[in-house]
Amino acid sequence: MAEKPKVAFYWCASCGGCEETVVDLAEAVLDIVAAVDIVFWPVALDFKRKDVEAVADGAILATFLNGAIRTTEQEEMAHLLRRKSKLLLAFGSCSHLGGIPGLANLFDRESILEGVYCESPSTVNAEGVLPSPRHKADGHIVELPGSYRTVRTLSQVVDVDYFVPGCPPTPRILRTAVLTLLSGELPPKGTVLAPDHALCEECPRRESKPENLSLSRFKRPHEVLIDEEKCLLAQGLLCMGPATRGGCEAPCIQGNMPCTGCCGPTCRVRDQGAKILSSVASLVESKEEPEIDLALATIPDPVGSFYRYSLPSSLLRRKQPHNDSSGETPQVR
Amino acid sequence: MPDANLNSSQAVAHVAEQPPFEPRIVAFFCNWCTYLAADLAGTSRMKYAPNVRVVRVMCSGRVDPQFVLDAFAHGADGVLIGGCHPGDCHYQEGNYKALRRFRLLKRMLGQMGIEEARLRLEWISASEAERFRWVMNDMVERVRILGPLRLLPAKEVFPEEVAV
Repeated sequence: MAEKPKVAFYWCASCGGCEETVVDLAEAVLDIVAAVDIVFWPVALDFKRKDVEAVADGAILATFLNGAIRTTEQEEMAHLLRRKSKLLLAFGSCSHLGGIPGLANLFDRESILEGVYCESPSTVNAEGVLPSPRHKADGHIVELPGSYRTVRTLSQVVDVDYFVPGCPPTPRILRTAVLTLLSGELPPKGTVLAPDHALCEECPRRESKPENLSLSRFKRPHEVLIDEEKCLLAQGLLCMGPATRGGCEAPCIQGNMPCTGCCGPTCRVRDQGAKILSSVASLVESKEEPEIDLALATIPDPVGSFYRYSLPSSLLRRKQPHNDSSGETPQVR
Repeated sequence: MPDANLNSSQAVAHVAEQPPFEPRIVAFFCNWCTYLAADLAGTSRMKYAPNVRVVRVMCSGRVDPQFVLDAFAHGADGVLIGGCHPGDCHYQEGNYKALRRFRLLKRMLGQMGIEEARLRLEWISASEAERFRWVMNDMVERVRILGPLRLLPAKEVFPEEVAV
């Protein structure tokens, strides 16, 4: 019997939802398990890093890596798995675009540590101890991975073959991706393994999207009783559908909530946030600056709304530390 | 690049000799108004700050916010968008769309730590060469005061970014 192809799953800066998708395949997971040999999957199986190190370079057919890259450990694992795998797949929004952890790029590391370890109301830390890469305790040195100032996508760290979008990818997207890999007819490198059209194309409410739409203000879901049939943008809700890749079959819309953009842009768009900004701003009705500002003020957090999953992969990547005029180079280290 | 063989006093002199900061401004001008104003300023032999790289677009409404971010990401210190006065758009409404996008983009850039004066929208008609000259000089001076944008460099430098 021929040896089954080896597959690995790993997680970096992520919530675990992508792992859940694999389980959500339900009975289909059995077919996949029967077809492949899982050599590494920390969330479910007891393999260690040394087991991966023991595998020959390139011996793993495909590694599905979810999560953004934020710590030195994650970076090492990304390099290790890249070396061991024929195909490396960025699995899910965090790995593909930076994801929710990528919003940390709006802050600096110091204020994040302060906020989490000192200022949060549920924390008791009278001595103000912050995590550090080396710590001495009872005569031993304890080490932790270091954390980078900037959250990165997987492809900003290592070469990535394919991207599987979604937060998390839907079971259907995952199943299609796996079947594509097993079929042996591989798409061009760098392909996002999902249809390349905007979500509006497959939206169940598509028919109710007006040809011309103009709005005097935007509404947040809690401010309005949402009509279950009508286009959400037409109801004034900030729906990312026009600038987001489809393929997910619109589960959020079916749950009567607007799209938040997790599948990222189509291949014709470089920067998802800029594109939806462009689309949304031009919907404003008024031609007068003060009124335009009033209408746009109903979007309280433009970056958080437009780049919810894609800040690290955007053109600007992160908030810029204040440029001082002293002529010093920005603090990278 | 500083010369490694310089001694310290030479190095100080070397730094002192560095030319003052010259802002790099990328400008998107509409074909029907602001670009013609720039043309008129040129044929009238007006002198103005030479820091602007002009990209002609058919309408200020054609300026995708991606163009602006891409300019910043590629080293622009400021971006200027020039269009027809309200009511004068060759395509009826394009400049109003530009205005709405500009207002939201400016707010978003603020969240991203990019100062307000680095992005500017001006209505300059085909006959306003003098105004064109004033805007160019004013924009360059404002950005000069802010200094270089120095966007954190892209992924290549990450291996040097030391984790703590």
